[in-house]
Amino acid sequence: MQIESTPPSPGTGAPQHGQHVRQFMAVPGAPSPVATPTAIAVRGFSSWYGSFQALKSLDLDIPSQQVTAFIGPSGCGKSTFLRWINRMNDTIPSARAEGSLQLNGVDLLEKNLDVVDLRRRVGMVFQKPNPFPKSIYDNVAFGPRLHKHYTRAELDELVEQSLRQASIWNEVKDRLQASALGLSGGQQQRVCIARAIAIGPEVMLMDEPCSALDPKSTLAIEELIETLADRYTIVIVTHNMQQAARVSDQTAFFFEGRLIESGSTEDIFTKPKNKQTEDYVTGRFG
Amino acid sequence: MIVGTLAIAATFSILVTTTIVIVLARETWGFFHFPDVSVGEFFGGLEWNPLLGSEKHFGIWPLVSGTLLVTVIAASFALPIGLVTSVYLSEYASPRVRATLKPTLEILAGIPTVVYGFFALTLITPLLQKISPAFGSYNAMSAGLATGIMILPIVCSLSEDALRAVPRSLRDGALALGGTKFDVSVKVVVPAALSGIVAAFLLAISRAIGETMIVALAAGGIAQITANPTAEVQTMTAYMVQIFLGDAPATGVEYKSSYAVAAMLFAMTFVLTMVGQYILRRFREEYE
Amino acid sequence: MATPRSTATRLLTNRAFLAVCLLATNVAVVVLAVLLISILWQGLGSLNWNFLTHAASRKPAEAGILAPLWGSVWVCTICGLVALPLGIGTAIYLEEFARKGRFTRIVQTNIMNLAGVPSIVYGILGLTAFARMFGAFGTSAEDGGFAIGNEESLLYFKLPFGSSVLAGGLTLMLVILPIVIIATQEALRSVPKSLRSGALALGATPWQTVWGITLPAAIPGIMTGAILAMSRAIGESAPLLVVGAVLFVLNAPENLMSDFAVLPLQIFNWAGRPQDEFHAIAASAIIVQLVALLAFNGIAVFIRQKLQKPLQ
Repeated sequence: MQIESTPPSPGTGAPQHGQHVRQFMAVPGAPSPVATPTAIAVRGFSSWYGSFQALKSLDLDIPSQQVTAFIGPSGCGKSTFLRWINRMNDTIPSARAEGSLQLNGVDLLEKNLDVVDLRRRVGMVFQKPNPFPKSIYDNVAFGPRLHKHYTRAELDELVEQSLRQASIWNEVKDRLQASALGLSGGQQQRVCIARAIAIGPEVMLMDEPCSALDPKSTLAIEELIETLADRYTIVIVTHNMQQAARVSDQTAFFFEGRLIESGSTEDIFTKPKNKQTEDYVTGRFG
Repeated sequence: MIVGTLAIAATFSILVTTTIVIVLARETWGFFHFPDVSVGEFFGGLEWNPLLGSEKHFGIWPLVSGTLLVTVIAASFALPIGLVTSVYLSEYASPRVRATLKPTLEILAGIPTVVYGFFALTLITPLLQKISPAFGSYNAMSAGLATGIMILPIVCSLSEDALRAVPRSLRDGALALGGTKFDVSVKVVVPAALSGIVAAFLLAISRAIGETMIVALAAGGIAQITANPTAEVQTMTAYMVQIFLGDAPATGVEYKSSYAVAAMLFAMTFVLTMVGQYILRRFREEYE
Repeated sequence: MATPRSTATRLLTNRAFLAVCLLATNVAVVVLAVLLISILWQGLGSLNWNFLTHAASRKPAEAGILAPLWGSVWVCTICGLVALPLGIGTAIYLEEFARKGRFTRIVQTNIMNLAGVPSIVYGILGLTAFARMFGAFGTSAEDGGFAIGNEESLLYFKLPFGSSVLAGGLTLMLVILPIVIIATQEALRSVPKSLRSGALALGATPWQTVWGITLPAAIPGIMTGAILAMSRAIGESAPLLVVGAVLFVLNAPENLMSDFAVLPLQIFNWAGRPQDEFHAIAASAIIVQLVALLAFNGIAVFIRQKLQKPLQ
């Protein structure tokens, strides 16, 4: 099945969903009064690796054009959940899921879903920078070339735009044909972000994008995330609570496969409703 | 004490190489001093006729040409099939399929080469002759195909090692951009493993060049320059077998000529190995 | 504007490529099946107990493989007894003790090169260094060399070795030495550094660490390499042909200085004859050779698993 193709824009929701007010809410927490359209709607979502249940009955709405952070201790299931959104878990034979997971009204768990098309609409940035052993140019052009026939000029333009958006154009414009592996870790990660931008995604998934980087590169990426939030729905998994507090609009706290609490980042960090959330964000455990 | 003994063991390998080089050089030097022989003819001559006839000729090219013809046939068979098989094994095959395919390849790799020679002679050649009467009872095609079968497992297992060394994160990266399995394998993983694959190819080619028993049984004994796969050819190794099996006197020029041929063979495989090593060192991508 | 590539076409390409993969992969399977069937077909008929216990003969119906079978056993035993300690020792030195400098790098490159040397070239080295000993002892034991003991006794020894079992075994040793070294190095390299650090931190000497910790952990890998190398030795024939293994010998070797034949060379000899009868017994000999290889591998894998257990 093809995913419905109009990108979400503020005010217009996914057609299949109608125009109900989308809230960023978690059960059992009370809904927060944020009226942005929902990009990703999650209802009763559970997943397993073999017989191990990694996620237990999640309910969550992820709003469009905002940054949503998933926080929680290691092994809490936040990365697993992220990898369901672009179906990267398909590469793990024992992984399966139940419940409902919708991106702009399209069921992402559908068996016949065209995952190639889904991943074109959902970009992903990984924990460790993973540029291909190709030139910087070819890295960014890789995705576009997969999906469309471009003229040289169109591709040049697209690569430049993507690198600009990823705030790395000025650093690499003179050596586009050099290997991406020659860049520093932080630069590599921004090239990977440019690579994801180049396919024109609606949603950008970031799986601890700064965990392998030094503080200076981390700052550069965080600033970048803020500028990207204007155009993309961003979901970021992070270990680092300060980072969640700095970059995100919404925060969801995972613990042992459950979604404990979610809401605006400010609320989660200043007046958490749940004791576990409070203990975690104040650094008492995790 | 113990470590000293071990160090001596390690030095032994250097001794082996040195001795090979000295023996080959000394005997080749001796060969070049026979009245019938000249260095110029050896490297430039187009006729190899050391045993028969009144006039002996020692031009190495017919033997090199025979070797190359067999090697090219073997490589054209084994390199593409081996590479595609290794991509399948590393990127597509389920663990269950791998568990049956790997042993099959290991068995193929363990079969003595003389068995492949027998196979070429008793099955491949008759089959080829059914296809076209042009094939003689000895021909380059049959020996080349059998040699190809022999190097196939080498290509497979070494290329697969190279492919599997490509980090998973690169595959994930390409998948996440909307790549199909084909895109991931062919456009990312294979290019990323290219240095290892080329090194595997070179090693396999070098094994084909040095293969002896198959060509001695199936390729024939006529040293001639030809690109015709139906023709009978003599390779460098097959010539050496002919000399060492025969009763040529150990001091005669025919006998000594086999050392010069061996030196040439050693030089060719040495260059291939060195180039392979260089490619591995120079172009290997450091991921971690 | 950029024109989209159709997803259907891309998925079709993926499918087509998978089909090509399956086709290529099946080549190996089919070839192996055809090879085994054709050899069984040709060779089973003439395979019987007499074939294993009779000496060679000019008449194919009476020919047996007693002498080459024993020749192979002698040669491979000598080869293994020398190559395995020497190769494993070299690998231990290079991986665990040698300083990573110029010398080590040269030795390493050299070993990779040796692994690529055609086996027939080792034959020439074996002929010169072992069979003739560079002419240092004349051309034979009778002519300038010397001999100890009676030719029929088990302890008979002579210099130069001539085309004897010992010369053949040592020559095969040269062929498999680089294989043993490289496989052992890989096995040692795969032992985690933390294990070594753990032992050293407890005050073990480097040698105690290697003997007590690293080597036991690497045994399965080393065994695998040894099996591979010995299988190669069992099937190798070109270098022995150069050293002077005889194609027609009646008796099993009696001592290290005996003339010998080996099974692969016997196969070569019979396969090279034009008559179909000889091809049939060549196929029978191939069956024996393959069964022996399989049995050897089976036993070795069994031993490896026995050794592996106490570690887990």
